[in-house]
Amino acid sequence: MMTKVNWFKYSSPATFYPLAGQAMPIFAALAAVLCVAGLWVGFFVAPTDAQQGEGYRIIFLHVPTSWMSMFIYLVMAFWSAMGLVFNTRLSGMMAAALAPTGAMFAALSLITGSFWGKPMWGTWWVWDARLTSELILFFLYLGYLGLHAAIDDPRRADKACAVLALVGAVNIPIIYYSVQWWNTLHQGASVSVTRSPSMAHTMLIGMLLMALAAWMYSIAVALSRVRAIILERERRTDWVAELKEVAA
Amino acid sequence: MNWHSPSEFFAMGGYALYVWGSVIACLVCVVVEPLLVRQRRRTVLSLLRRQRVAEQIEREEQAA
Repeated sequence: MMTKVNWFKYSSPATFYPLAGQAMPIFAALAAVLCVAGLWVGFFVAPTDAQQGEGYRIIFLHVPTSWMSMFIYLVMAFWSAMGLVFNTRLSGMMAAALAPTGAMFAALSLITGSFWGKPMWGTWWVWDARLTSELILFFLYLGYLGLHAAIDDPRRADKACAVLALVGAVNIPIIYYSVQWWNTLHQGASVSVTRSPSMAHTMLIGMLLMALAAWMYSIAVALSRVRAIILERERRTDWVAELKEVAA
Repeated sequence: MNWHSPSEFFAMGGYALYVWGSVIACLVCVVVEPLLVRQRRRTVLSLLRRQRVAEQIEREEQAA
């Protein structure tokens, strides 16, 4: 017999709060293991690059943080759309929980990019398409956080921010394709679905391990933050008052 | 193995500032962010506990 899963059950903060609490340590542990493995491969196994020497090793941080900054924005836009369509409370909380982590990864992408640009291009910063569109992504995250903080009613803040997140999502394909659409200093995609990767296997494995670690880290930290947000917003409810961490 | 000595590893073929700068920036972020989240959780939990105690006192006063 087919049993129908009621997905809306999990959109209730009271159901999701303990679930997130159980899942969080698993993702945190995976993040730590994958990060150690990725750094090991990146710094000890992957060979020296023929053109960039050891300087290319920034790739193991730069590419995962950049991917993550774009991907988190898409997930935020997804939850925002869910919130607007189904009017579920948890959707807005999820989006709000992701925004600071996304902003952090966007900042790290710009910082590690600068550290890579200086020795290879001779400059910390250029106003080129890839860099500028990533900077706009960082500003979109800051705008999201600022807007959310400026509206007192969290449900109204969710709605306003959801519109911002959805409109801002147009920037993501612009970042991704910027290296194809415009002449830019930034190199093209290192990994593509349609052609074989233009790098050594061990380099690719190191990068993918670090990318997975960034994923697990983001999930773990977003789950922790959404739990804090749930407590903040549901503080007047009975189920929160009866939690053992509150009663203790 | 790429490195013949620890000093060679830390020198990163002359790119030490850039490679280690990136590593440190990332490390600081992934250490500080979870601490900030933990702080946020502690703040809301202490608020909830105080709220609970306040409600209890209110109930006792009404009963008396």
